[in-house]
Amino acid sequence: MVRWLLSGDYPRGLALNLGIAAIVLALLFAPFLFPGTRALNTAATICIFIVLVASYDLLLGYTGIVSFAHTMFYGIGAYGVAILLQRYGASWGAVFAGLGFGLAVSVLLAFVIGLFSLRVKAIFFAMVTLAVASAFAILASQLSGLTGGEDGLTYRVPRMLTPAFRLMDEQLLGVTMNGRIIAYYLVFVVSAVAFLVMMRIVNSPFGRVLASIRENAFRAEALGVRTVVYRSLASCLAAGFATLAGALMALWLRYTGPDVTLSFTIMVDILLMVVIGGMGTMYGAIVGAAAFILAQNYLKDLMGHMAEATAGIPVLPDLLHPDRWLLWLGLLFILSVYFFPTGIVGRLRKSRQA
Amino acid sequence: MSPVPERSAGTGLSHPLVERLRAAAPILTVPVLMLLALPATGDPSAWVTLTLAGLAMGMMIFVMASGLTLVFGLMDVLNFGHGAFVSIGAFVGASVMLWLSGLLDPGGVTLHLAAILPAMIAAMVVTGALGVGFEKIIIRPVYGQHLKQILITMGGLIVAEQLIYVFWGPDEIPLPRPDALRGALVFGDVAVEKYRLFAVVLGLAIFLAMHLLLARTKIGLLIRAGVENGEMVEALGYRIKRLFVGVFVVGSALAGLGGVMWGLYQEVITAQMGMEIMVLVFIVVIIGGLGSVEGCFLGALLVGLMANYTGFLVPKLALGSNIFLMVLILMWRPQGLIPVAKR
Amino acid sequence: MSEPLLTLDGVHTHIGHYHILQGVDFSVPRGGLTMLIGRNGAGKTTTMRTIMGLWRASRGAITLDGRDITGLATPDIAQANVAYVPEDMGIFSDLTVRENMILAARDGEPKDDRLRWIFRLFPALEKFWSLEAGALSGGQKQMLAIARAMIEPRKLLLVDEPTKGLAPAIVGALIEAFGELKKTDTTILLVEQNFHFARALGDDVVVMDDGRIVHRGLMADLAADEELQQNLLGLSLEMHQ
Repeated sequence: MVRWLLSGDYPRGLALNLGIAAIVLALLFAPFLFPGTRALNTAATICIFIVLVASYDLLLGYTGIVSFAHTMFYGIGAYGVAILLQRYGASWGAVFAGLGFGLAVSVLLAFVIGLFSLRVKAIFFAMVTLAVASAFAILASQLSGLTGGEDGLTYRVPRMLTPAFRLMDEQLLGVTMNGRIIAYYLVFVVSAVAFLVMMRIVNSPFGRVLASIRENAFRAEALGVRTVVYRSLASCLAAGFATLAGALMALWLRYTGPDVTLSFTIMVDILLMVVIGGMGTMYGAIVGAAAFILAQNYLKDLMGHMAEATAGIPVLPDLLHPDRWLLWLGLLFILSVYFFPTGIVGRLRKSRQA
Repeated sequence: MSPVPERSAGTGLSHPLVERLRAAAPILTVPVLMLLALPATGDPSAWVTLTLAGLAMGMMIFVMASGLTLVFGLMDVLNFGHGAFVSIGAFVGASVMLWLSGLLDPGGVTLHLAAILPAMIAAMVVTGALGVGFEKIIIRPVYGQHLKQILITMGGLIVAEQLIYVFWGPDEIPLPRPDALRGALVFGDVAVEKYRLFAVVLGLAIFLAMHLLLARTKIGLLIRAGVENGEMVEALGYRIKRLFVGVFVVGSALAGLGGVMWGLYQEVITAQMGMEIMVLVFIVVIIGGLGSVEGCFLGALLVGLMANYTGFLVPKLALGSNIFLMVLILMWRPQGLIPVAKR
Repeated sequence: MSEPLLTLDGVHTHIGHYHILQGVDFSVPRGGLTMLIGRNGAGKTTTMRTIMGLWRASRGAITLDGRDITGLATPDIAQANVAYVPEDMGIFSDLTVRENMILAARDGEPKDDRLRWIFRLFPALEKFWSLEAGALSGGQKQMLAIARAMIEPRKLLLVDEPTKGLAPAIVGALIEAFGELKKTDTTILLVEQNFHFARALGDDVVVMDDGRIVHRGLMADLAADEELQQNLLGLSLEMHQ
């Protein structure tokens, strides 16, 4: 059963098994273990980012192509759902129509970008996606009639997912079973399924062809593999999953704006999560997303304390200012690429072998 | 051993005029775009203003992009952190300008004209020096590994941006231009903004200097030869790595200079400006043909003009129009306007 | 006989996962022209690139004029007075013929008498002196590549398959040029598939197969012994003309 679910691709290594299990269990019981809106919000964000980061890993880790347009697809999913919910009211029909519409746009865009730039060089693709994504972000903020511009969109979601909805009158384990809990489990289940499907994909013959292209594109081409086709397909798949993650985020937040979906900051976050978690491992997405999003809160607090402690010393308090947490993660990122390119997951696997 | 195809033997005979037109086609794109815009804008004086604005913007982008394209051509290194030098250059330049202006003109509300040259030199010295370190620490360990290159240089950009916040604080810094570079010279009903003229002259001077260096000096010959076939340059007894470090440093310094010019143009600087401008820089080097300085120059002018014309005609599509331009040019010439012969 | 100029001693070279050179031993005597022949894929080009430092030898030693050059960087080997003409000629096609020659002359502008000598051997180069090298024909490019290697006196000249894809008339011109070059005291190591060309020029011959040396001797002896040719080179060596 577990083997089937994980497509025979286990985390490998005791520490890693325990770590992944702990994160998954914590997420599964998050509403009961960590009550409170803020904690639940963090848990849902981790779930969604696991999908987003895993889909990026599909591209970066398994296919070896760098895209800077991943947040664009994420944004398309979010805006698709948001726009339809806002225009046509809080119905499930609008949710699915928005998701479907978003998927179609994303996959088409990914396909066109892929055809254009994957023929040439990985580096080309990176530059083209960067340019396209930034143009898209600007376009989205300018079409304010449709997207709400810089302010974004606020809308209602189906009643079943709102705090006002009661699943049962009495509390379960001291937690009120309202629509937010349903919404959380919707996010959790969809994320889990999406993750397992991606595990399937990377462990399928298709996934192995992608890996062989990443290892040696020239040889794969010589063996008759149409590398452009495979890379474009991978790019479309990754775009599709990112769109799904965006749709989930739109449902969860009940707000969609450029800062939470399209901004380059999120792109950088995704990069950091993939690389620190572990490229080409899938599990790296779980570890990376959990670690990063927790660090986003926890590291800031720690740095705040340290900045106070070092007050009076020149420069140091500025380096330790809570807003500078990205500086330290950036350094960690560079060190990761140098010294453990397979990230935390790869490191833990290696130490097991040694 | 290497998968290099035989070179085709000689060029075939064809009509000389057709041949000459084909060779000149990339250069003709710039005047063609200008001419197309003339009826579209409808108003000659607006057209002159927009064209000058476009050329000025193009020149500034060229200054920032030229180093990037050469670095790529010479060592196959694409530096996503190039934008960091733009930002840092702007901030160093701003600090020097504000400090000197305070000395020269206490209580003045704008920058002092005499402060601009020292600021530009300071920005170039600092970014050039940082380039030495960046090349050694960030780039050298990942030669030949594109994926790691993109990731590491991106990491460098993130860290550099954060360090700007550490040293200069989180707020944007206003840079009011001195009066001498403000306002416009008016000829009849055509107004020519002074700073744009200044940017065009400076950018053109840098392009010409670079062109002469590449065409006339031995170092320039080595750079051009290295872009085409670095291995052969080494086999002739030259150390290409040393050449590369030199080009990287000059490219970084020019990015820093471009940052100062751009900051004065916008009259405000932010830590993210480098990243924002990189989008245009990438479009420019792709359009021009990776590795070609002349292509980069043409690409920059096209992008600058396109941005200003569409900014006037359909403001909402200004950046999108450059993506459109890129797609159009790649459909016509998949390797860019001036493809670089590469082994 | 004096000590050889170049000696390879048990040289192994790996490219990626492939073990291309598997213990190559031979030496190149001073002042002569040594032919390195063998079928396609025998490892001739890899041998040249390894001598030049373009591939790193994983084992063994390469000695030039008594000095160990194994593991030196390519520019250092070139500065030890070695010139190299690669299989693809390595012409800078964006540069003019003149600019190509300027770069080849490490010590500055090419010397006049040397240039006149080269122009006498390859008149086409004088004619197209200011033309972009990319516009030359295949044969003219090969002439330029060889001219670049001759522009200053070098101790050792490594030439990889100069006749590849060239018309017979041009091959004749090349034979003449190398004949002239042999009169100077430059030592030449030349990879060749064209036996006619090899026989016309070679003093010594080294035959490679499967990453090893299978025969060493005088060119004249090999040329005279058809049975040995058949054994060593089989049918795969194209007997041009």
